[in-house]
Amino acid sequence: MTAKVSYDDVEVGTELPAQTFQVQRANLVQYAGASGDFNVIHWNERVAKSVGLPNVIAHGMFTMAEAGRVVTDWVGDPGAVVEYGVRFSAPVPVPDDDKGATLEVSGTVTDKLDGNRVAVDLDARLGESRVLAKARAVVQLA
Amino acid sequence: MPLNRDFIGREYPAAETYEVSRELIRRFATAVGDSNPAYTDIEAAKALGHPDVIAPPTFLTVLGFRFGGVGPMSDPALGLNYSLVVHGEQRFVHHRPVRAGDVLTVTSTVADIRDAGSNELMTTKMTIVTTEGEPVADAYSTIVSRGTAEGASA
Repeated sequence: MTAKVSYDDVEVGTELPAQTFQVQRANLVQYAGASGDFNVIHWNERVAKSVGLPNVIAHGMFTMAEAGRVVTDWVGDPGAVVEYGVRFSAPVPVPDDDKGATLEVSGTVTDKLDGNRVAVDLDARLGESRVLAKARAVVQLA
Repeated sequence: MPLNRDFIGREYPAAETYEVSRELIRRFATAVGDSNPAYTDIEAAKALGHPDVIAPPTFLTVLGFRFGGVGPMSDPALGLNYSLVVHGEQRFVHHRPVRAGDVLTVTSTVADIRDAGSNELMTTKMTIVTTEGEPVADAYSTIVSRGTAEGASA
């Protein structure tokens, strides 16, 4: 593994470059095919609303994948992510328009661990709503 | 109706293996909009020290859907009503990156079933190992069964 970030250059409180992700219906269709998750609430507005959801919602695992890009883009080598976990705390409704949903993701180094590893806590928001909680990656740095 | 707690500790080894290919990795990376060259460019992956292209950190979620039909959640004796289920938590522990050419075996274990207010939480651990016996990753998935705890009104 070849992280482009050095352990010695990072401190608790170091902020990762934040990113914005646009999520549209087409992304969910493509993700359903690639992941094998064809749950109708991710593509059928009629069914989603009939079970009490505000709209079609994004796959939680799609949101987790997008948020993780803040870490992998920072470290360069995605293989440096040795642990990654999240709690899904709020749904991401995706309206059927030209814009979709806008996810804003930021990350902060919260712990320096043994073996040149660091913990990164992620904050993923849809407007004022925190869509992930306890979102944490452990990353092997150079 | 509460979930059947007798399921805690049960193991479900998948009868088939899962072959990871460059094209499967490319398709997943494209679907999440991630253009990191380590997923699609063999030379870029090798420059990072990997023998072949590697998969994104959440790629192993595909195994849950590939083998879900033979796991605990498909057993009627568990008492799970899938329409009441939402994904609560997910965690991956990677022993090494998943890469093209891996042939993976998967064993699902019911790690825990517990109450959380009126809901129940069920955690399943997937242990992912190559056919040569090399540990690759452990994936922990917690689902929420809404309103099914003992004594809940739902």
